[in-house]
Amino acid sequence: MKNGWEAVIGMEIHAQLSTETKIFCACPTSFGETPNSNTCPVCLGLPGALPVLNWRAVELGARAALALGLKINEVSIFARKNYFYPDLPKGYQISQYDKPFSSDGILTIMTAERDDQGRPIEWKPMTIRIVRLHLEEDAGKNVHEGLPEVDKFSYIDLNRAGTPLAEIVTAPDFRSSWQAYDYVNHVRRALQWVGASDADMEKGNLRCEANVSVRKIGETGFRPKVELKNLNSVRFMQKAIEYEINRQIEAYERGEEVVQETRLWDEKNNCTRVMRSKEEAHDYRYFPEPDLPPLIVSKEWIEKIKAEMPELPDAMRDRFIKDYGLSFADANQLVSEKSLAEFYEQTAKLSGSPRTSANFILSELLRELNNAGITVAESKITAEKMAELIKLRDEDKINNIQAKEVLAEMFRTGKSAHEVVKEKGFEQISDVATIEKLVEEVIEKNAKQVEDYRKGNQKIFGFFVGQVMKASQGKANPKVVNEVLKAKL
Amino acid sequence: MDVRKVAKLAHLEITEEEVAIYTPQMQKIVAYVEQLNELDTEKVEPAIGGLTPEGQATEAVRKEDKPHQTLGQDSAISQAPDAHAGYFRVPKVLS
Repeated sequence: MKNGWEAVIGMEIHAQLSTETKIFCACPTSFGETPNSNTCPVCLGLPGALPVLNWRAVELGARAALALGLKINEVSIFARKNYFYPDLPKGYQISQYDKPFSSDGILTIMTAERDDQGRPIEWKPMTIRIVRLHLEEDAGKNVHEGLPEVDKFSYIDLNRAGTPLAEIVTAPDFRSSWQAYDYVNHVRRALQWVGASDADMEKGNLRCEANVSVRKIGETGFRPKVELKNLNSVRFMQKAIEYEINRQIEAYERGEEVVQETRLWDEKNNCTRVMRSKEEAHDYRYFPEPDLPPLIVSKEWIEKIKAEMPELPDAMRDRFIKDYGLSFADANQLVSEKSLAEFYEQTAKLSGSPRTSANFILSELLRELNNAGITVAESKITAEKMAELIKLRDEDKINNIQAKEVLAEMFRTGKSAHEVVKEKGFEQISDVATIEKLVEEVIEKNAKQVEDYRKGNQKIFGFFVGQVMKASQGKANPKVVNEVLKAKL
Repeated sequence: MDVRKVAKLAHLEITEEEVAIYTPQMQKIVAYVEQLNELDTEKVEPAIGGLTPEGQATEAVRKEDKPHQTLGQDSAISQAPDAHAGYFRVPKVLS
């Protein structure tokens, strides 16, 4: 960042909760249905229709809140946020305002600045305040693509209207675009980990907005902030924030002012542009939703949800470092996704080799998974099969190159490691007596070279190793071959 | 009482004459409701959900997460003033 300036960034995330039905009616939340087919009087906003709270949305909201270090409030209130937009049939969104479902969160994330190639420089812990996580309904969708006279008309699909969302708001605690980037990734993984949300930005079930301002280091107040929208991936978000920080600093240095406004990320031109300025800012006139009672949860209920929570990724990462002697980078990568972390732990336990398991999973298995574009849970490889392979390698029954080949075949066919090793004839020969026999044959056939070697030509030792390996069709254990050759020559 | 602002928020167009008529009327309405503020409610719990037992807590009215029959596309758009290809159609809005 430019000398003397610092960025002040706050984040808002909307995550779709993974329910079967909408938050205030029984319409399914299924994606990709024909327009307006998943609708009923409640989500269409027809007169007289009344909302009833979906309890599953509350449970998932609670899991999300706990995964992010928030406190669940025993009493919370739904409120109407009033504005006009065609995708909002009631003319208001049911949300929460002064009494949100959860608040006062403290969250520790790992973050790193990046070098020119975008590689992390040094991971450090950072604590941020999460102001609130509240429950609300999503709006519908305006569609223009492939429809006639789009210069005159907007087309509305209300299938998404009423989908349950958790809105997660942080304090303005971030000081760089990468901190915001690492935060969103942290939240995304946490929500997936506890099953609260699919949190897939490409599918639109996780959306984020950034509030960005800058100030001179040492200033305590805030300058006008710009709200960034249309951030369709975490990377675009990071770029948009970076662009915005620089734009604002440059404006101030030219002696201009920064106005409070909403700007969109323009993917094509790699810049932000104005969406609406403060003059048109909304007055939402929040008031308590009279059609819904207060949302009351008991202490016992909160305790029950806490008891059902899985071990969270950061705790698991620290345990991997402590119990299995893994590096931070390796452990961190293993907990990037829940099924991978669980797969690793099972493999480590079954094989008794946590280090080899980590190396193999992170290098070989991850490459196969990435190439296929699937998670380990979706692959044909089980922890049992993986552990079998690790054992074969650890016992030197197969060498590294063979192990890689076996894994690729296991990945493709779902066969066990033993099956593949047998089919490929990879079983390594480590039996000393067998190797001694091979060595003796080689010595017998190559009398001249033996004489050379014994006269002091150490260089041709490799020749003998090669001959023995050839005689064993590549199956002899090179370590044993070396030992036997040295003894016999 | 800024009647112009209220009208703008409600997307209503009003004339200067109407502003002159509505302003005292609305002032009167607000003053009437304002009387409630004279009561001391310091020790009264807000009855946000109403005064019925169902209104006081959510515990009793939990909805299960099970899909029911929807209206379906045809019924959903049948009452719309304008529809096309299964969509509600409205005058163009800028996103």
